[in-house]
Amino acid sequence: MTDEELVWRIAGGSGDGIDSTSQNFAKALMRSGLDVFTHRHYPSRIRGGHTYVEVRAAGEDVASRGDGFNFLLALGDSFARNEREGAIYGDERAKPLYENLDELREGGVVVYDEGLLSADDAEDFEARAEENDWHVYPVDLRGMARERGREVMRNTAGVGVTAALLEYDLDAVEDLMRGRMSGDVLEANLDILESAYEAATEFEFTHDLRMPTGEHDEEQVLVSGSNTITFGAIDSGCRFIAGYPMTPWTEVFTLMSQYLPDMGGISEQVEDEIAAAALALGASHAGVKAMSGSSGGGFALMSEPLGLAEMTETPIVLLESMRAGPSTGLPTKPEQADLEHVLYTSQGDSNRVVFAPGDAMEAYEQTRDAFHFAYEYGMPAIVVYDQKLSGELKNVPASFFDRDPDPSLGATLTEDEIAEAAHHHSGKFERYTHDSETGAAPRSVPGQRGGRYLASGNEHHPTGHISEDPHNRVTQMDRRMRKLTSVRAELDERDHEASNQTYHGPDDAEYGIVTWGSNQGTVREAVDRLNDAGHSVKMLSVSDLAPFPATEVTEFLESVESALVVEMNASGQFKRLMQGELGRFGELLTSFLKYNGEPFEPREIVEGFESMANGEDVHGDDTRLVRAAGD
Amino acid sequence: MSVFSAIGEEREVDQNEYTPGIEPQATWCPGCGDFGVLKALKGAMAELGRDPEEVLLVTGIGCSGKLSSYFESYGFHSIHGRSLPVARAAKLANPGLEVVAAGGDGDGYGIGGNHFVHTARENHDLTYIVFNNEIFGLTKGQTSPTSPKGHKSKTQPHGSAKDPIRPLSMALTGGASYVARTAAVNPNQAQEILVEAIQHDGFSHVDFLTQCPTWNKDAKQYVPYVDIQQNEEYDFDITDRKQAAEAMYEAEGALYDGTVLTGRFYHDENRHSYGDEKRSVGEMPETPLAERYFDEEYEWERSYDLLGPHK
Ligand SMILES: Cc1ncc(C[n+]2csc(CCOP(=O)(O)OP(=O)(O)O)c2C)c(N)n1
Ligand code: SF4
Repeated sequence: MTDEELVWRIAGGSGDGIDSTSQNFAKALMRSGLDVFTHRHYPSRIRGGHTYVEVRAAGEDVASRGDGFNFLLALGDSFARNEREGAIYGDERAKPLYENLDELREGGVVVYDEGLLSADDAEDFEARAEENDWHVYPVDLRGMARERGREVMRNTAGVGVTAALLEYDLDAVEDLMRGRMSGDVLEANLDILESAYEAATEFEFTHDLRMPTGEHDEEQVLVSGSNTITFGAIDSGCRFIAGYPMTPWTEVFTLMSQYLPDMGGISEQVEDEIAAAALALGASHAGVKAMSGSSGGGFALMSEPLGLAEMTETPIVLLESMRAGPSTGLPTKPEQADLEHVLYTSQGDSNRVVFAPGDAMEAYEQTRDAFHFAYEYGMPAIVVYDQKLSGELKNVPASFFDRDPDPSLGATLTEDEIAEAAHHHSGKFERYTHDSETGAAPRSVPGQRGGRYLASGNEHHPTGHISEDPHNRVTQMDRRMRKLTSVRAELDERDHEASNQTYHGPDDAEYGIVTWGSNQGTVREAVDRLNDAGHSVKMLSVSDLAPFPATEVTEFLESVESALVVEMNASGQFKRLMQGELGRFGELLTSFLKYNGEPFEPREIVEGFESMANGEDVHGDDTRLVRAAGD
Repeated sequence: MSVFSAIGEEREVDQNEYTPGIEPQATWCPGCGDFGVLKALKGAMAELGRDPEEVLLVTGIGCSGKLSSYFESYGFHSIHGRSLPVARAAKLANPGLEVVAAGGDGDGYGIGGNHFVHTARENHDLTYIVFNNEIFGLTKGQTSPTSPKGHKSKTQPHGSAKDPIRPLSMALTGGASYVARTAAVNPNQAQEILVEAIQHDGFSHVDFLTQCPTWNKDAKQYVPYVDIQQNEEYDFDITDRKQAAEAMYEAEGALYDGTVLTGRFYHDENRHSYGDEKRSVGEMPETPLAERYFDEEYEWERSYDLLGPHK
């Protein structure tokens, strides 16, 4: 596939319109029938600093950023503006061309704004270009933009030049521009686009790269994990969100806040994350489907309300969009190091359901699952994902979202049902019933007649009254714990194909790669390449983190000789989870870790697998291989 | 039968309806001021004819937090300092509910101080009762944000170096539209004030002086008190922010000199509650959101309606 794909990187300064330009271009490519996937890289700052987005497009499914890129559009303006002697934060000294070249593939194309950048700034540029067969086109993008509009429109000029060099028809790009702009701005942009295109057709093409072609048999939409989590929540009937901004969770929070008021829902930006989670609890207690969420540090503050939800059996959905830690860590970079934080935070034997979707479609499904289980069982459910899944865009068939909404409040009684429900001999409603088969105890909602009870974070009787009676304590603990067994049973009832775990590769493969969360697409691609290269490998990507799918994972591990466990953290938290849950397989599992703030590329996983197979240790700059204990 | 049939039904209510028919009996110490709050709240709700099932009482943690155990309504006994955020959202989700939040001075002015200021600022239609006993009761007598300067306790054996917090002023500065102080030793005034606070459409803050004979022997300072509305010396306009601020300032200072001033300090009937403000800018539905989940006819919007910009 690598030969018939475009990986277009647009680079410049934050605030230079890199994001919107790349989104538009990606959408244009999708509309032309291609499958697309985007990867965002940006420093934690508002303007300046080095930022880029890659748009990968091919005629067949693309599920990762791929390895490197083959087309660079370097705008570079803000580097020139922000260069300062000795500045380290945000790598201000780095020149974009220089920094970008390392991952440019052989035969790749470079378009740079000669008005702002000089190829000479890149070390040994000429020699490297020759060696790698790079095709370099210095273009006065800024001049082109200035001539027909304004300088900031050089992005548009860049897109025009890109299209010409790839022999790509401009129709889809123009359509999109018409949808997004109007008046003079639109006219100027169209003018710049077309004239840049015309000018570039006059260039002498030395490169072979052309736009791949493809076709979709149904309408597609371009969505990120943050988009689909939002859709999942809305289709679950969630109409209340409370939050406090923190990257990258803010994306979902913002989207929900845009939609909810117009749908008769409520969004609240509050004073801190403790309040946010407590508000979600209050709304849920009062009979509304509610959610909150945050990223690492903010989620830490939610630890206590999380336990309160468990003890009071109040349904609540929380999101945790991971970024690199500890503490505020790398605010805009992905990591998967909050796994244990999410699984074990909060005091006591407190339980929760935790899902870690592997791509945008799973993010939709598992958000719905989270609401389903939270409300059916009266307990907290968490969707844990990361900065990568939050922001990367992917095309998904529009029909995927044609589902019935699920506004059910789950185990909640009507007044008629309350009248029929178990009551204490004093006549009081037994909200926290002792003898429930699944562990779930149906609730009443304040305002309903006959349903008065006390929801207490202290241990309590079936009626809700605080109790330290040892026998009651054991009965209540056992019932609450039983919920997890029931959730697992309900999840297990779905057959393999419909389970939340994702399998890829030949069933009878000799080796396995196990992963979780947003690495899924990258590992899938690596598995294909390994099999093409003659290895025998299959993938298991686990989404159910709690309750853990012990049977499925055991079956997978029993079917392979050994397995590579791929995750983005430094200590192998997911591997530890597997071993803890399964109580064995220590000698079978080799950790392959990355924690430099960048997601895996398929190439790295291929190399990691080969190192494992060859019995090598790796502690590279970017990745680390920790061999199985029994080796 | 409507979904929330208890809501909005005015009827004769006997205050004993608010007494749990079953265990546990109150575990408060004999002579504890908390009994006074319980009594006043029951009396106020009965006076207002509120059905216990339309009342949601959200409490924090502490001796004060136990209020919800001895008061029979819908209750939520939450965590230390967090009663207000829980209560706020419940009110937004179902504005029909009569929502009361309660907690101690450590709970409300210490760990929950941030929520206190922000709830006042937003002016949620809630009544907030703070049991002010100038001490941490449940954790056995540590210094609290309202303990006097120089107060000695196990955690401040040399005497506290901090000035006590000024809760009435805090509420006013925050934006509360009703601020009062009452005392457990004055049951009539307490009930009157709670009735007014509950009826008020906006954030009502009631600093409720309660004695803790177990850990704060100086509790007798709450007797005698002066009702500022009954005393000509304290003639000021409770709808005037500036005058209210001055009266509060005086009352907060005098408390530690042994003069206990209670009564209504501020009442702004013109400021809209947060729910009304939110409705007026289109950020909140006209009908209670919670009702929708029981309405089988309701057409739920779907995500595919939102796909347009993604195509
Ligand atoms: C997060 C947290 N910190 C500390 C505690 C322990 N704790 C329970 S009650 C309390 C203080 C109670 O004092 P106050 O709020 O004044 O109420 P009182 O008991 O005097 O009514 C403390 C510190 C807790 N439950 N949670
Ligand atoms: S310790 Fe103090 S506040 Fe707590 S119940 Fe006893 S007297 Fe009341």
